[in-house]
Amino acid sequence: MTMLDIERLRGDFPVLDQVKVNGRDLVYLDNAASSQMPRQVIDRIARYQSLEHANIHRGVHHLSDAATTAYESARSSVRRFINAAEDREVIFTSGTTDAINLVAHGWGRACVGEGDEIILSEVEHHANIVPWQMLCEEKGARIRVIPVDDRGELDLVAYASLFNERTRLVGIAHVSNALGTVNPVREMIATAHAHGVPVLVDGAQAVAHEVVDVQALDCDFYAFSGHKLYGPTGIGILYGRAALLERMRPFKGGGDMILSVSFEKTTYNIIPHKFEAGTPPIMPAVGLGAAVEYLSGLGLAKVAAWEQSLLAYGTERLSAIQGVRIIGTARHKAAVISFNIADVHPHDVGSLLNDEGIAVRTGHHCAQPVMKRYGVPATVRASFAFYNTRAEVDTLAGAVDKIRRLFE
Amino acid sequence: MESRQLYQEVILDHNRKPRNYGRLESPTHHSEGVNPLCGDHIFLDLALEAQTIARISFEGQSCAICKASASMMSSVVKGRSVLEADRMVEGFRALATGQASAEQMTDLGRLRVFEGIKDLPSRVKCAVLPWHTLHAALHAESATTTEGDADPVPGSA
Repeated sequence: MTMLDIERLRGDFPVLDQVKVNGRDLVYLDNAASSQMPRQVIDRIARYQSLEHANIHRGVHHLSDAATTAYESARSSVRRFINAAEDREVIFTSGTTDAINLVAHGWGRACVGEGDEIILSEVEHHANIVPWQMLCEEKGARIRVIPVDDRGELDLVAYASLFNERTRLVGIAHVSNALGTVNPVREMIATAHAHGVPVLVDGAQAVAHEVVDVQALDCDFYAFSGHKLYGPTGIGILYGRAALLERMRPFKGGGDMILSVSFEKTTYNIIPHKFEAGTPPIMPAVGLGAAVEYLSGLGLAKVAAWEQSLLAYGTERLSAIQGVRIIGTARHKAAVISFNIADVHPHDVGSLLNDEGIAVRTGHHCAQPVMKRYGVPATVRASFAFYNTRAEVDTLAGAVDKIRRLFE
Repeated sequence: MESRQLYQEVILDHNRKPRNYGRLESPTHHSEGVNPLCGDHIFLDLALEAQTIARISFEGQSCAICKASASMMSSVVKGRSVLEADRMVEGFRALATGQASAEQMTDLGRLRVFEGIKDLPSRVKCAVLPWHTLHAALHAESATTTEGDADPVPGSA
């Protein structure tokens, strides 16, 4: 396998060389929050919006055909990207949160009842906790939690013991946004299926960083966002197994999701359109299509290999600094390093790193149960993309050491 | 502006050795302040005697800016009347948002070390939280936050 030419690829991202922070080069290490967009995606969006835009699935005119083709081609690109069996299993949503809420409403309200149970992990993002809590509150169901160990790995023995005849769904993150742990979702899905329980995977932190094959995983639902995948905000995907989607109720009603409407009865459209009420975010969808084509062109295996080398180097450099504690030391991690410097509050660290041009996320990362588990109010999180370099890791490590000395 | 300029020795010192840190045994007034954005969380106890702040104490989990602000605030308002303390709350709020009058600047004395915070919008709330909490304690509100109506920088979260 040839390596990626990182210096050349960095040229695809205008922000990386055009934006200076405090007179310094930008070191963008907040990719788990939102990644930057390559000019291939920016150009595709501009071309669509300049020359191909009209409403979709409606008009008989040239532009409506062009827009429909662009939108549906994006769906096909995403289908190939995650290796779904059919285009109709790929639903456009506004993001991961929207995708999970769609399942909670469309599937959960029909299939979860009083006394039923939903299994979630202790490392979930709030987006994969709160929709299920709302459902449980409404239905009188309850959440069971898979515990995580000190390294950030889920306890699979405890997980297996959580199943009973009331278990209706398992919801797990493919990759923990706060710790970087890559959960063994394939194995966990097999366990759930042995009990006849479907699984929703929150793939927001995974799809841009490793090969995801929804058929190989055998998952029932897989949710992710465009903007963590070098695409735009406002667009995301819910993959669902066709048989499940067919039975699932629509969540939003409106145009485009119907076959016929009268005041007596409405017949819903077929999947995926049943779940895409109203005019969808066409331009972001087209952008997402371009983003997954861009990433596929690079090759996810090469992307993963480079990011893993950055993770190893970053972990080595940061852990060598006195007082630095890395939170999340699972054996299998994505390129996310959550850490704290002695007693220095992450917000102070974040502000001081910004002085050096370094962008990181600081806070609880919308994963307060994780913060509680490790006894910290917040962490500093450096999250890498394929366009990051070893030199940027050096800049980070140097700045962290400087901050440690300032607060000594 | 570089935030480094804000982390001057006086702020680092108050962060390392916060003054009036801990809880009072029998406070007459108390409040709890939370900044949900960053998780700053402080408890403030006051003992008022004849409308004067006789004793003040705070504790909690917060960043250096918030802790130093609370520490310096506690030193400055101790022995002051409720009326004076209220005026200082107003003055500090104005300072942190770059709207302090010349008179307010004079009143604030060494608290002017926080002046640079106005150029770091994401950190204004950290500095202001102790002052909001003081205001809440003085006016018998048991909890306060830097969000909503009290937000010094609306939309900055």
